Amino acid sequence: MTDFPWLTTLAMVPLVGALVVMAVPTTRTVHAKQVALGFSLVTLALTIAMSLQFDAGSDALFQFTEQHEWIPQFGVSYALGVDGIALVLIGLAAVLTPVCILASWHDVDPERRSVKGYFALLLLLETFMIGVFAATDVFLFYVLFEAMLIPMYFIIGSYGGAQRSYAAVKFLLYSLLGGLLMLGAVIGLYVASDGGPQAFLFENLLGTEMGTGTERLLFAGFFVAFAIKAPLWPVHTWLPDAAAESPPGGAVLLVGVLDKVGTFGMIRLCLPLFPDASQWATPVVLTLAVIGILYGALLAIGQTDMKRLIAYTSISHFGFIVLGIFAMTSQGQSGATLYMVNHGFSTAALFLIAGFLISRRGSGLIADFGGVQRVAPMLAGTFLVAGLSSLALPGLSSFVSEFLVLVGTYSRYEVAAVVATGGIILASLYILLMYQRTMTGEPTEHTSRMRDLTTREAWVVVPLVAVIIALGFFPQPLLEVINPAVDATMEQVGVSDPAPKVPAAGGGAR
Amino acid sequence: MNELTFETPSIEYRLLMPMLIVFGVAVLGVLIEAFMGRPWRHETQLGLAVAGLVAAFVSVVTLAGENTVAAMGSVAVDGPALFLQGTILLLAIPGVLAAGERKVDDGGVFAPAGSSMPGSQHERLLTANKVTQTEVFPLLMFAVGGMLLFPASNDLLTMFVALEVLSLPLYLLCGLARRRRLLSQEASLKYFLLGAFSSAFFLYGMALLYGYAGTVRLSGIAQAVSTNAANETLLLIGTGLLAVGLLFKVGAVPFHAWTPDVYQGAPTPITGFMAACTKVAAFGALLRVLYVGVGGLAWEWEPVVWAVAIVTMVVGSVVAVTQTDVKRLLAYSSIAHAGFVLTGVAATDTIREDGEVLGVSSVLFYLVAYGFSTIGAFAVVTLVRDSAGEATHLSQWAGLAKRSRVTALVFAFFLAAFAGIPLTSGFTGKFAVFSAAWEGGAYPLVIVGVVSSAVAAFFYFRVVVLMFFSASASDGPTVVVPSPLTTVAIALGVAVTLMLGVYPTQVLELAGLASQFVR
Repeated sequence: MTDFPWLTTLAMVPLVGALVVMAVPTTRTVHAKQVALGFSLVTLALTIAMSLQFDAGSDALFQFTEQHEWIPQFGVSYALGVDGIALVLIGLAAVLTPVCILASWHDVDPERRSVKGYFALLLLLETFMIGVFAATDVFLFYVLFEAMLIPMYFIIGSYGGAQRSYAAVKFLLYSLLGGLLMLGAVIGLYVASDGGPQAFLFENLLGTEMGTGTERLLFAGFFVAFAIKAPLWPVHTWLPDAAAESPPGGAVLLVGVLDKVGTFGMIRLCLPLFPDASQWATPVVLTLAVIGILYGALLAIGQTDMKRLIAYTSISHFGFIVLGIFAMTSQGQSGATLYMVNHGFSTAALFLIAGFLISRRGSGLIADFGGVQRVAPMLAGTFLVAGLSSLALPGLSSFVSEFLVLVGTYSRYEVAAVVATGGIILASLYILLMYQRTMTGEPTEHTSRMRDLTTREAWVVVPLVAVIIALGFFPQPLLEVINPAVDATMEQVGVSDPAPKVPAAGGGAR
Repeated sequence: MNELTFETPSIEYRLLMPMLIVFGVAVLGVLIEAFMGRPWRHETQLGLAVAGLVAAFVSVVTLAGENTVAAMGSVAVDGPALFLQGTILLLAIPGVLAAGERKVDDGGVFAPAGSSMPGSQHERLLTANKVTQTEVFPLLMFAVGGMLLFPASNDLLTMFVALEVLSLPLYLLCGLARRRRLLSQEASLKYFLLGAFSSAFFLYGMALLYGYAGTVRLSGIAQAVSTNAANETLLLIGTGLLAVGLLFKVGAVPFHAWTPDVYQGAPTPITGFMAACTKVAAFGALLRVLYVGVGGLAWEWEPVVWAVAIVTMVVGSVVAVTQTDVKRLLAYSSIAHAGFVLTGVAATDTIREDGEVLGVSSVLFYLVAYGFSTIGAFAVVTLVRDSAGEATHLSQWAGLAKRSRVTALVFAFFLAAFAGIPLTSGFTGKFAVFSAAWEGGAYPLVIVGVVSSAVAAFFYFRVVVLMFFSASASDGPTVVVPSPLTTVAIALGVAVTLMLGVYPTQVLELAGLASQFVR
């Protein structure tokens, strides 16, 4: 089955699903939802089937590769392929999409908005997400990177909260500004490349000779776009608005998967294509990352709205991911990649459970809750697990990745690692304070009749919590897939791990 | 003194066939106006015009690959000329179809008679009798004929004649709107006065160049540039004045002042036709003058094109942000796009091994992409109406998606193309001109270009926000279901915009093959 176009199939199934959903008559909203869920589950099944055939020990740069000529005049190919990093992120997208569809079952008011439109947009988004992680042609990556904005823009703008139009425009303008700067850099890269009908293939661009000034300029073009996407302090200000205003399902895909394209882009494009410029920029990037870790955490503590709080925690976590990537050690980068996955799951759980709470209470303000664990223990319990994972409690998934990132950073940049550790302490503050204020104490007048998780909601939450716990205890399968890809990246950048100062202490999770 | 010998000019009818067909149809149209009964005129004129355009396009296709001159060297039949002629003809078809629309406004988009005073008894009588204007079709065909000749002119005199042939019918057409006639007539007058002014610049520049080179033939001027070092002042001033005339037609800053007023006042299908076809023709002429006539002077004019491109992009996109009328918004957007095209024009010295001139081919491609989106976008504008005619104020577009989802989606798609979102033709076009510009060393232009694009995206998406996310006013406009004429025009726009975004290979290849001028 090696010739089977796995990745194209994976990307096409949700697209076909979106079209089928739009073809369902408007009055039959239930059928539209079932069709959407069905297509997303088929995608998940295909992703699992593909992952089982992935050969972690392979020497090839990419597996399941496909390549066709697209626009030879511009050197553009339709080229797909995955390494370990891309594979786990595609897996993340494939798992989260059906979960979000199920979680959003009743989120759209059929009186005011098109129900099938929402589910079609979610599926369309999945197509672009899978495509962007699988693209091995820089131009194709850019096209999907930009195209992804459109469904997300409509999800926020059409189905979001009170400030949705403001949030949607802010999201779009930030992203487009970054995207257009990246377009400038893509053009510059093309001119610097060897040209020819396959100029944009990632393999062909590796090791492109360019002047120091050009390399730094192009690196900056790409990096700013990814920093906005990720988002890194100080270009993060769109995220709290976008995440707080979008419907919970949209927020999960936005923060959980879409933003990972930023960090994925750093590790896939910025580092290998501009190795010298990356090392040149490392001190600045690390500083920004550390500021982001602390700043996001501090602002999270001060939030009064649950969804905004979760959005700020993500800014802090993205700081950790960027820190791990630019630490230029294999532990740091493996940890950062694992962190992308873990953060996706724990944030998804937090956002979705917060969404359940908000739909029950009719308000997202922390002060409007209290004593929920008395009346809805399941809801409160799963919220706590997700929260504890977010603060990196040992035994839950985020711990492994956060630990790897910090160890990886410490071996090269001790100060950055030490300061970043402060983020962990702040994390326990923002999570536990939120839990305490919403869940503990006496139930208030409004929360006293709150229902516990329904069966549908349990089907949403249980898989997420199961993954969080499973990856907390047994991250090895993922790391086995990620590590070779990270080693390849390190080789492309031309860096190696610093020799351990105490010989026996090195190794980490290897 | 020598005795004047008079050579009989030889005319290669085959090579000139596209223009002859269009002019023939135009003359036939005048005869129909004179002799045919009123009830059948509209259908006949419309059918004849479309048939003429299709026939002319077919004859352009049969000429593909020619690289020669015709009519004693005054008309070039080469790649860029044929490519642009084909583009203009293809764009003119939806343009004529949209102009023939009679369903959205009873009696068509044009005033029943241009000569009747606005608000007069005469006008009311004509309206009551459901008189339809059909003179617009021959006028459109004359304009198309001029546009075909303009980018193909191989000497400045022919170019000037073509400029006037294409401009005069347009001045008239601008003043023929059925609704808001005073605004329309004002637009027409403004366009005429400023147009005449710019023609004078062109003519003066031509005279100076004749004084310098002793010929108005572009190849002759090119030869003089490479051999004659004397009288450089004449050459520089002449080139500058000539450029003023051409940059006026493409609507580049600082010669853009007419654009918003004329675009707003003219009947919307004419605006669309003008915005697309005139731009194509004028950029063709500009390229030919700059690359063929004064190509040897590139070092001198390149900085000027840089400067004009930068101010055009910046002014076009920044001023557009403050617009509140959708037609004015599209006018400023067309100015910004003229700037983007100019970045491609500035990419001299970008000749590939296979002979493709990137500066030319990217401009050719951009013009196709932009033309079809523009005609489609203006056709959509004609559909949003209230009792006073088209509802062009942006506030009236609020919540349009709730009235007609399809219309709003189509317009949003065109806006996305203007904004340069991937998978639309606008993105491919931008990539083409920007990569050509960078290749030619003009990367500052690329940086200004992408930043202006970001600014431009702001106002495009503001309209999308209005249409999709804002609550609609209860007394807002309605979306009229048009006749197949406008529907076809819009569908063609959508199809080409999508096709050039997803699979532009063939058109890019064609533009690449057609990028060499005959010298």
